[in-house]
Amino acid sequence: MTTIRGTVVIAEERCKGCELCVPACPPDVLRMSERRNEIGARVPELLAGCTGCGACLLACPDFCFEVYRYEAPQEHMPGGDA
Amino acid sequence: MSDTIRTDAPPEAAARRTGEFLPKLQLTGDHDLCPGCGEPLAVRTLLEAITDVGMTHQCVGVIGIGCYTALTSNMNVDLIQALHGRAPSLATGAKRMRPDTLFFTLQGDGDMASEGLQEVIHTAARGENVTCILINNGVFGETGGHMTATTVLGQRTKNSIEGRDADYHGYPIDMMAMLAPLGGTAYAARGTVHDAKGVARTRRMVRRAFETQLRGDGFSIVEILTMCPTGWFIPTAEGPGYLDEVLRSVHGTGEWKRDGELLTQAAVPPGDDEDLLA
Repeated sequence: MTTIRGTVVIAEERCKGCELCVPACPPDVLRMSERRNEIGARVPELLAGCTGCGACLLACPDFCFEVYRYEAPQEHMPGGDA
Repeated sequence: MSDTIRTDAPPEAAARRTGEFLPKLQLTGDHDLCPGCGEPLAVRTLLEAITDVGMTHQCVGVIGIGCYTALTSNMNVDLIQALHGRAPSLATGAKRMRPDTLFFTLQGDGDMASEGLQEVIHTAARGENVTCILINNGVFGETGGHMTATTVLGQRTKNSIEGRDADYHGYPIDMMAMLAPLGGTAYAARGTVHDAKGVARTRRMVRRAFETQLRGDGFSIVEILTMCPTGWFIPTAEGPGYLDEVLRSVHGTGEWKRDGELLTQAAVPPGDDEDLLA
């Protein structure tokens, strides 16, 4: 079980696949997926454990991230959908 | 796929939005700059700082020529397009006619340090009440990727393909070391956008530069180091590391001059780094 304090919305259509968000994420919960958007760029995906710190938003040159913080921390069960 | 979290819509549980896609003064997130470019991040800090000092209604930018010029159609700010390198002089005249308006110039290293070096030196020496923003990636990105006056030794560009060599190409110019000691310079700082903390700190530097101008203290300048993976011939993901190791080794980050006082050691602006979005 993983505690999730925040989450992000990713504007995948704007992503150019530069991968800068992946090392920028302090809890290391972003990774590049195999999914591709309309321009053929691989887009990032979010794993459980986001803290809502906003580092991805500041590191993304293409303005793809919107950051939320939960009012109460959420518990994520492996295999379940948060 | 069950171990990933949905990111296509806002969360269903009660949550507070703490960071928006776009700065308030930015019209759209779509732009044509290369993947991994640092310039949109520099422009983000600039637009957010204008909002921070409450001058969204009375702010004019004077734009140089470079890749970032393509971002100006995304900026919801009044703008004047200058000739290559001449933005500080244009801003000088405009500021003297409109002393209550916030004026900034947005220039690259090719624009400010190579094409129009004397313009910014004299503007600083005269103590003109304008803020210059220098976006430094050590390469003429827009006009083909050749070397600029700030390209560091060993850096590869289109015409220093084996790395900049002091014997053949000369030495890079440290803009902060040159401009900060001038009497007319009230604030000088160099930030970086290679990581999230750097972006948060750079935003505070630009905010301080604008506050300096609004107090009427004199010339202020913020240099922002940005990634140019295309011009550096490296994969996009290696851009931030290259900036940190190569560019920052010569162009040290921090505040160089504050309230007209020259700082002997470049200082990090105070602030709470834990809360990046503040």
